[in-house]
Amino acid sequence: MNFKLNKIIPQLVTLLAVILVFGFLTYNAQVNMDNRGIEFGFGFLSQESSFDVQFSLIDYDGSHSYARAYLVGLLNTLLVAFIGIILSTILGIIVGIARLSPNYLIERTAAFYVEFFRNVPLLLQIFFWYFAALRALPLPQDTEPMFGVFFLTIKGLFVPRFVWENLDIFFYSIIAAIISIIVIRNYARKLQENEGKQLPVFSISVGLFIILPLLTFLIGGVSLNFSVPVLEQMSNTSFKYKGGLGIPPELIALTLALGLYTATFIAECVRAGIQGISKGQKEAAASIGLTPRQILKLVVMPQALRIIIPPTTNQYLNLTKNSSLAAAIAYPDLVLIFAGTALMQTGRAIEIVSITMFTYLSISLSISVLMNWYNKKIAIKEK
Amino acid sequence: MNKLNFLRPDIENIKTYLYLGIFLIFISILDVSLNAFFNTNITSFLPNFISFLLPLILGTVGLHFIRIEFSGIKNLDLLNKNINTNAFNAVLTLLIIFAIIKSLPAFLSWFFIDATISGDTKEACTGTGACWTYIKIWLNRFIYGMYPNELQWRINISFIALIALAFVGLLPSEKIKKFLTLYYVVIYPVIAFILIYYLISGGAFGLVWVETGAWGGLSLTFIVSFFCLIFCFPVGMFLALGRRSDLPTVRYISVGFIEFWRGVPLITVLFMSSVMFPMFLPEDFFMDKLVRVIIAISLFEAAYVAEVIRGGLQALPRGQYDAAKSLGMGYWKMHIFVILPQALKLVIPGIANTFLALVKDTPLIFVVGLLEIVGMLNLAKTNPKWLGYAMEGYVFAAIIFWIICYAMSKYSYNLEIKYKTDR
Repeated sequence: MNFKLNKIIPQLVTLLAVILVFGFLTYNAQVNMDNRGIEFGFGFLSQESSFDVQFSLIDYDGSHSYARAYLVGLLNTLLVAFIGIILSTILGIIVGIARLSPNYLIERTAAFYVEFFRNVPLLLQIFFWYFAALRALPLPQDTEPMFGVFFLTIKGLFVPRFVWENLDIFFYSIIAAIISIIVIRNYARKLQENEGKQLPVFSISVGLFIILPLLTFLIGGVSLNFSVPVLEQMSNTSFKYKGGLGIPPELIALTLALGLYTATFIAECVRAGIQGISKGQKEAAASIGLTPRQILKLVVMPQALRIIIPPTTNQYLNLTKNSSLAAAIAYPDLVLIFAGTALMQTGRAIEIVSITMFTYLSISLSISVLMNWYNKKIAIKEK
Repeated sequence: MNKLNFLRPDIENIKTYLYLGIFLIFISILDVSLNAFFNTNITSFLPNFISFLLPLILGTVGLHFIRIEFSGIKNLDLLNKNINTNAFNAVLTLLIIFAIIKSLPAFLSWFFIDATISGDTKEACTGTGACWTYIKIWLNRFIYGMYPNELQWRINISFIALIALAFVGLLPSEKIKKFLTLYYVVIYPVIAFILIYYLISGGAFGLVWVETGAWGGLSLTFIVSFFCLIFCFPVGMFLALGRRSDLPTVRYISVGFIEFWRGVPLITVLFMSSVMFPMFLPEDFFMDKLVRVIIAISLFEAAYVAEVIRGGLQALPRGQYDAAKSLGMGYWKMHIFVILPQALKLVIPGIANTFLALVKDTPLIFVVGLLEIVGMLNLAKTNPKWLGYAMEGYVFAAIIFWIICYAMSKYSYNLEIKYKTDR
C-alpha cells in the first residue's frame, strides 16, 4: 500500500501543478480577451489580407486571404530550407572528407573553415552577407554578365529561365526511367542471389536516366528554350531586367549563410562517421578479396552512413528552424509574413503565434518520427 | 650519371630532380606573388589562358620532380608525406597556397595598411581600407548599449564582482568543497540576481533607475547568456530525470515539454514571449521584457540541455543504479550522489555545445526590441553620420563572438580532459 502511494502521490502532484498553471494562464487569457473585446477563433484566415509580398512562389496579391498568405510564407520557408539543405550537404561532405585528408594544408584549411563559421552567430552571418557583402555588388547597369547569361547585381541574381514545351512528357519519361531502374535493380539482386552473376547496375541506371529523357527531346516533341534576362532602361536612372528569373538578394544571403553555417556541423558528422569505422573492417574486407571500390561501397559506406545520417537529419531540422531568421532581413518567410505582418494587421496574437509554432512543430515531429523509423530499420540487429 | 627519366624521378639523380623541381616551384610562386603584390604579370607574353594556368602547371611539375620516396632527406620526406602524396594532392596544395597569396594583399591592405583608426569623425576615413575609427567612436555603445555614460561604472563593478564570486570555487578547502554545488546552483544565482537588479537596474540605495530598454551591447549579451545559462541547467536536469522516470504522468509531461520546445524555432518562442505571453498574465501584472526573454530562452535551452543530460544518464551502466539501491539509497540520494555526478561528467562536451548555441542565439532578442551587440551594430549602421561601414561592424562583432565561443569550446575541452575517468 505504502509502495503504491509512493508512486501515485508524486504523479498527482505533478499533474495538479500542470493543470493549475495551464488553468491560470487560460483564465487570464479569457479575461484579457474579454476586456479587449476579442473573440478566439480562426475565422480571420478567410478574410482578405490586403498586403503584398515581394517574393512568392504561387500567385498572390493583397486580394487573397490570410490563409493564402500563410501558404506563401510556408512555401518560401520550405524553398530556403530546400536550397540550404542541398548547399550544406554538398559543402559539408567535401569539408568533412577534406578534414580527413592526409594533406596537411587541406586538413588545416577545412579545420579553419569549420572553426570559424560555427563559432560566429548565424544571425551575424546573415547580416554580414546581406548588409555588407551583397551590398558591395554593382548596380544592374554596371554589371558584367558571368558566362554571358548570369547577372549578379545589388538587386539580386538574374539567371536564364527554362521555357518548356510538353514538359509533362519529359516528366513522365523521368518517372519511367526511375521505375525501370528499380525493376532492374531488383532483377540484378535476384540474379546475384540465385546464380551469382553481377550486372553493371550503376552504369545501366545512369544510362537509362540519360537516354530516356533524351529520347523525348528527339521524338517526344519536348523542347527546351532559355529566356535570358535582358537589361532594359525604364527611365533615366531606373533599370530593370526583362525575362529570365530574378532571385532576390534576401534569398541569396539567407541560403548562403544557412548553407555555410550548417555545412560546418554536417562536416563534423561526416568526419565522425568515417572515423567511426574501425580499421579492422577494412582489413577484413580486403582479406576476403574485395577490391578497394567494393570495400568502400559494401563495407565502409553502409556502416558510416548509419553513423552519419541521424545527426545530419538533425542538422537539416536545425537548418529549417533557423530559416526563420529570414525575418531579420525581411525575406518573406512564414515568420515574417504570418507572425509579423498578418499579426500586426489582425492583432490575433494567440491564434497566429500558435499556428506558426504548430507548423514548425509538425515539420520537426514528422521528420523525427521518420528518423526513428529509419534508425530502427538500420540498427544493428544483435542476438 | 644514369639516364634521366622525367616521368619517374628516382633517387639516383636526386640532386638534379631536386634543383629542377625547386626551381619550377619557386618560379610558379614568384609569378603568383608578383601578380598579387605588385600587379605585374611576368608571363604576359604568353596567351591569356596559358599565362593564367602557367603557375599551376609549373608548380605541379615541380612537385612531381621532388616526389621521391625514401630520399633520405628528412625535410623532403616530411614534405612529400604531408602535402605531396600524389598529383591530385599536389594540385590542391598549390591551389591553396596560391589562394592564400592572392588574398593576402587585399586582406592586409583592407585590414591594416589602408585602414584608418585616428580621428573622431567619418571625414577621417579617407583611405580605401577599413574605417576602424567607426568602431573606436561607437565602442562605448557596442559594449554598454544606451546605458548612460556616467553610470557605466555600475555595470563594470557588478561584472567584476560576479567574475570574482565565480572563482570562489578555486579556494582550496576540503570543508567548504562539500557545499560548492549548493553554492553554484542556489547561492550564486541569487547573489548574481541581486547584484544585477540593484546595481545595474538601480532604483534603490540612492542609485538612479535605468530601465532595461537602455541596456544593450555586449554587456546585455553577457547578462542574457549568464542568466539563461544558470536557469536552463537545473530545469534541464529535472526534465531529463522526468523523462527517465518510472512514473508515467511525469514522463509524458516531460516528453511533451521537451519535444515542444525542441520542435519550434527560437524566434517564434521570442515572438510568443513578446506578443502572446502578456495575454496570459493577470491584467495588472507587468513583467519586464528582459525578464520575459530570459524566461523564454531558458525554457527553450532547457529542453536541449535535458536531451544532452538524458544521453549521459542512458550511457551509465545499470550496475551503478543497482549498487546505489543496494546501499539503501532512495531516488534523490541515488541521483545526487551516484548517478548525476557521473552522468554530468560524461556529457560535458554536449552541455558546452548547448551553452555555445545559447550564446550564439542571444542576438535574436532583437525581435523584442532589445539591442545587444549585433542589434547595436544595426542601429549604428543606420546612423546618418556613419553610413556605409556595415562591413567593419560585422567583422568586429564576428571577431568578438569568435573569441568568446572559441574560448568556451577550448575550456570545455580542458574540462573534459580534467574529469575524464577511465572505466
